[in-house]
Amino acid sequence: MSEPTAETKSVMTLPREEVVSPLTGEPIVQYQGVTKTFGDLEVIKGIDLALYPGEKMALIGPSGSGKTTLGRMLMTLEEPTTGTILIDGEPLWQMKTSSGKLVRANEKHLRRMRQKIGMVFQHFNLFPHLSVLRNVTLAPMSVLGLSKEEAYQRAVEMLTKVGLQDKLGEYPSRLSGGQKQRVAIARALVMQPKVMVFDEVTSALDPELVGEVLEVIKEIAIDSDMAMMLITHEMDFARDIADRVIFGAEGRIVEQGSPEAIFEQPESERLQSFLKRFR
Amino acid sequence: MWNWSYAAEILPTLLNALLVTIGATLAGFVLASILGILIALGRRSRFAVLRLGLQGIVNFIRSTPLLVQLFFLYYSLPMILPISLSAFTTGVIGLGLHYATYLSEVYRSGIDAVPKGQWEAATALDLSPVRTWFSIILPQAVPPIIPIMGNYLIVILKETPTLSAITLVELLLTAKNTASVSYRVFEPYTITGILFLVISLLLSFGMARLEKRLNRRHTA
Ligand SMILES: Nc1ncnc2c1ncn2[C@@H]1O[C@H](COP(=O)(O)OP(=O)(O)OP(=O)(O)O)[C@@H](O)[C@H]1O
Ligand SMILES: [Mg+2]
Repeated sequence: MSEPTAETKSVMTLPREEVVSPLTGEPIVQYQGVTKTFGDLEVIKGIDLALYPGEKMALIGPSGSGKTTLGRMLMTLEEPTTGTILIDGEPLWQMKTSSGKLVRANEKHLRRMRQKIGMVFQHFNLFPHLSVLRNVTLAPMSVLGLSKEEAYQRAVEMLTKVGLQDKLGEYPSRLSGGQKQRVAIARALVMQPKVMVFDEVTSALDPELVGEVLEVIKEIAIDSDMAMMLITHEMDFARDIADRVIFGAEGRIVEQGSPEAIFEQPESERLQSFLKRFR
Repeated sequence: MWNWSYAAEILPTLLNALLVTIGATLAGFVLASILGILIALGRRSRFAVLRLGLQGIVNFIRSTPLLVQLFFLYYSLPMILPISLSAFTTGVIGLGLHYATYLSEVYRSGIDAVPKGQWEAATALDLSPVRTWFSIILPQAVPPIIPIMGNYLIVILKETPTLSAITLVELLLTAKNTASVSYRVFEPYTITGILFLVISLLLSFGMARLEKRLNRRHTA
């Protein structure tokens, strides 16, 4: 792959037919009546939502609507207050005891389940004391038990994918924001999750660096069968790569549909006024 | 007043005693560093019994004088347990325990300063708790606190004369013994003071170098 261009434009020219869109079989992720309360504040007010294997789902909505919280509950960074999240049909936050009773998940259950999920954060969260290569090889070696050589091979493959094969020995502090985020993407990809949550991965970037990161994500979206949950404020990007767009506000799903439906024929007034801000 | 030949005569004896002082300092510091980390980790455990138990022990140790703890370990403990430790070992354990309670707070401040995002990235990568602590959190928590740890190292050095109370013949007690034999008080105590100063400076210097090296790697 060549170095991603810094142009956002090319993201918009992807023909829709090229996007793999199976949407068949059992959902890989299911939110069932999920709510989340912080103190007195109910930020997720009953979400039912399914994500299918390979599906690229964009999550849009005003600030504070609960998009990040939704993704964090899937990544096991936040526990739902009520409701169930299923991954491959298995509860994420509960586990069965030997007598068949459902109880709160322990760390062991969470560790097994979260192997299927990956996340890229708004603020990268790279490990600053480790080189780019070590950032990417640490988890495959320690969690998947890969040998140093195997992990190295996979890491180089992923770093090549994001155009950073020449930065292996560099430390994060010496990288640009866009490069940091691309390392973070490689670091998450190398674990080969079935679902990846991208939480506004370009909103901490200088505008001129946004393009290179979106470009990388677009390429991954095209050639991987990983399901993606893309939380984003980049409407053109969402329209370009998503199979389905979810519009949420105040902890509820207000409207969902194909990018065409959501962006060309928004039904709710809420969505219409939300989209106006991006015109 | 100052007699050079007498100073030269007692210097080897004092230098020998200095080795005991340095040994107790370093061993006490290493023990305090290890116990301090264990206490800091234990106080973040999800088991309330462990957390509260450690809290109690820490409060107890901090609110009693080191001297009392040393007396207890050296004189009282052998009466209830079938153990008898040398003055040196007892002194090291006493210093280690006592300063572990202070160093645990230092570690805690270092750990708290690691951004929440580092924990979250570790979770997202499914790293084990042990791996998260040793590969992600502590390597970032420790370098910034090296200077404070260094201060405690010097504090421990200066605290070693307390060990003379449990018969450990360290530098100051040796000076005192020397003085009481010769009735010359000027040289032994002056040399003792200078030796403490020199060792303090050397330890500070060593810690500064360590800090530099760790921080260089950190931000390289
Ligand atoms: N740990 C927390 N404690 C208390 N309140 C929180 C916490 N995390 C999120 N919130 C609140 O929950 C609400 C939803 O937050 P969330 O970050 O999920 O929204 P968002 O849709 O991602 O917004 P944005 O577009 O600004 O990123 C906000 O009002 C936020 O202040
Ligand atoms: Mg958010």
